[in-house]
Amino acid sequence: MASPTSTLSPDAAPVAEPRLQLRVTRSPGDRVYRAVAYAAGGTTFVILAAIGVFLLLEAWPALKEAGWGFFTETEWNPDGQQFGIASVMLLTVEIAVVALAFAVPVAIGAALFITDYAPRSWRRPLTSLIDLLAAVPSIIYGLWGLFFLQPRLIKVSDWLGEHLGFIPIFEVKSGNLAGSTFIAGVVVSLMVVPICASIIREVFSQAPPGEKEGALALGGTRWGMIRTVVIPFGKGGIIGGSMLGLGRALGETIAVALIISPIFDPTVRILDGGGNSISALIALRWGEATPFSASALMAAGLALFVVTLTVNAIASIVVVRSRSGAATEI
Amino acid sequence: MVVATDTPAPDAPAPDEVRSAKPGPAEPRLRIRRFEAADVGALAGSAISAFCLMWLVYVRLTPLSGGVGFAICWYATFIVTYWLVVREQRGALAAKDKVAGVVVATAGIGCLVPLTLVIGYTVWKGWQTFRLSFFTETQEFTGPLSDATDGGAIHAVVGTLEQVAIATVLSVPLGVATALFLNEIRGRFARPVRIVVDAMSATPSILAGLFIYAVIVLQLDWRRDGLAVGLALTVLMLPTVTRTAEVVLRLVPGGLREGALALGGTEWRVTRQVVLPTARTGLVTAILLGIARVVGETAPLIVLNAGAFVMNANPFAGNQEGLPLFIYRYINFPQPARKDAAWTAAFVLIMIVLVLFTAARLIGGRAPVARRAVVRRKQKEPA
Repeated sequence: MASPTSTLSPDAAPVAEPRLQLRVTRSPGDRVYRAVAYAAGGTTFVILAAIGVFLLLEAWPALKEAGWGFFTETEWNPDGQQFGIASVMLLTVEIAVVALAFAVPVAIGAALFITDYAPRSWRRPLTSLIDLLAAVPSIIYGLWGLFFLQPRLIKVSDWLGEHLGFIPIFEVKSGNLAGSTFIAGVVVSLMVVPICASIIREVFSQAPPGEKEGALALGGTRWGMIRTVVIPFGKGGIIGGSMLGLGRALGETIAVALIISPIFDPTVRILDGGGNSISALIALRWGEATPFSASALMAAGLALFVVTLTVNAIASIVVVRSRSGAATEI
Repeated sequence: MVVATDTPAPDAPAPDEVRSAKPGPAEPRLRIRRFEAADVGALAGSAISAFCLMWLVYVRLTPLSGGVGFAICWYATFIVTYWLVVREQRGALAAKDKVAGVVVATAGIGCLVPLTLVIGYTVWKGWQTFRLSFFTETQEFTGPLSDATDGGAIHAVVGTLEQVAIATVLSVPLGVATALFLNEIRGRFARPVRIVVDAMSATPSILAGLFIYAVIVLQLDWRRDGLAVGLALTVLMLPTVTRTAEVVLRLVPGGLREGALALGGTEWRVTRQVVLPTARTGLVTAILLGIARVVGETAPLIVLNAGAFVMNANPFAGNQEGLPLFIYRYINFPQPARKDAAWTAAFVLIMIVLVLFTAARLIGGRAPVARRAVVRRKQKEPA
């Protein structure tokens, strides 16, 4: 931003001196404003760092006990000195991947529909409704998933297992299909769609109108215009939105905790009953935790924290790189 | 200026129509958006023929079964049929365009199906056991075997409102100030802060609970009370408010800022009188999305609070019930009547969310034209 009260040094002779000296004097109000804003920016740093530090602090007793085995052990029995996150982490990622597989295509479609297909009068209501999808609390999704969706999805699981069972991930070994990674993933995808869609829509709606009109003027169809202008322009938003959705899906707690039947088996059979996630593990085990197993849960939380932080930091860097940085011009 | 961010695709004629149109003075205006009767016919015809074909293949000829599987196969066949039909009529290019349109529209409208189902099912389940006593009584005198309609959850409603209020009061000023820092002040420091905020925005909610637990309960040896929950919700709400506010501020046209600065405004006056008023609608949305993010947040409550059956209106002492915690605890009771009470609370929670949402849209959801008028008035004021 241009400095507001820049003054030319008064004795600058326009011809003799090639470079003009610019000096900025800020008003007291501006100085306070900048200080407050800087402090606010710093606070986010402090909070994030504090989360990591305090989790590490509390997780240390358990991590010291478990050693490197914490990353390879599949069982979770802290009071029996045998615990690790290998299977839980794998199952967490599986739920997130299932969720994204459903959510990202739908979110891109919904964003495109709002920005480029729907009649103008539909756009605001549609945007509001998709925002509303994000506003529905996750516990409601959990209840709905448990009581409404699961009985219906089990039939789909059954169908998939029957006809596509030769693919390892669709293999079904147990007779029980309830509380599976697949069902939890579908429910989580509902929570991920609005997050992805709102970011993607934001980016799509900023696609340069000149290029869009140019594509149409060259004789392109609407789809051609979208493929050559809107999607390339919004690529950063698609990636960033998807990764933020991934972060949300990895950490989703209550809906997963309600639906899943906890297992500690590093399986990739997503249709089979039973799954797990780190956050669901914490939620389900916290109430009965002894101080040591609470420390172990803190360690699991720390692992989840590191993973989501990495995913989101990468997402953020991708989005920041893809941003033009310039404000919207009149 | 507003137009620049939200320009409609122009009514340019589609290529095929251009080719077929004969030059003449009374050439009718072609609209690519319009859905002709023939288009509707092609669409409906494809859908019906695909349905019939699938019925024959799926139900009669192959041993497949299941409603959802049928729907998926039907949709796939419908897309292929529709593509073939349009290609016959108008060529491959138009067929691709039309099919893309249908798929996109399916995704857009398909999003609303789960929304309707979730809200509809919750309302249907919760309405049956909803009594006005829900807002006047607590669970003090109900036991595991009481009816679902006995007692109420005013203690949970009050708890949630207080916890969310604490989070809002703490996170909105901080979030908006951070957004101003990111978008108005910028500088070298802005980029890492943006990355940190983005990273924080997907911090799993249970970790916010663990963090506050580690700080307040384990380190400071404080109590598990409503304030602790409020602090955990603040951690969750802050990045949502910041992110949304920042996106909104970025949409404020740069020319407005430059104009105000050129008139001699200081940074703070430009922010207060031009940037914030222009972005007002979006800032309301930012706060709203923040509240919506945390009002139904259950995980931190599980970690931080054991819940309560009686009223505790003081967020600074003792366990305090929250509506989401109420739902979570009651759905895990084995008795059906307790589960029904959980559904009642879910119904109330979703109603609170809907009311908040609608109210915020009505207050903040002005049309861009009205917003533009506000900006003009603000610009004239200094004169």
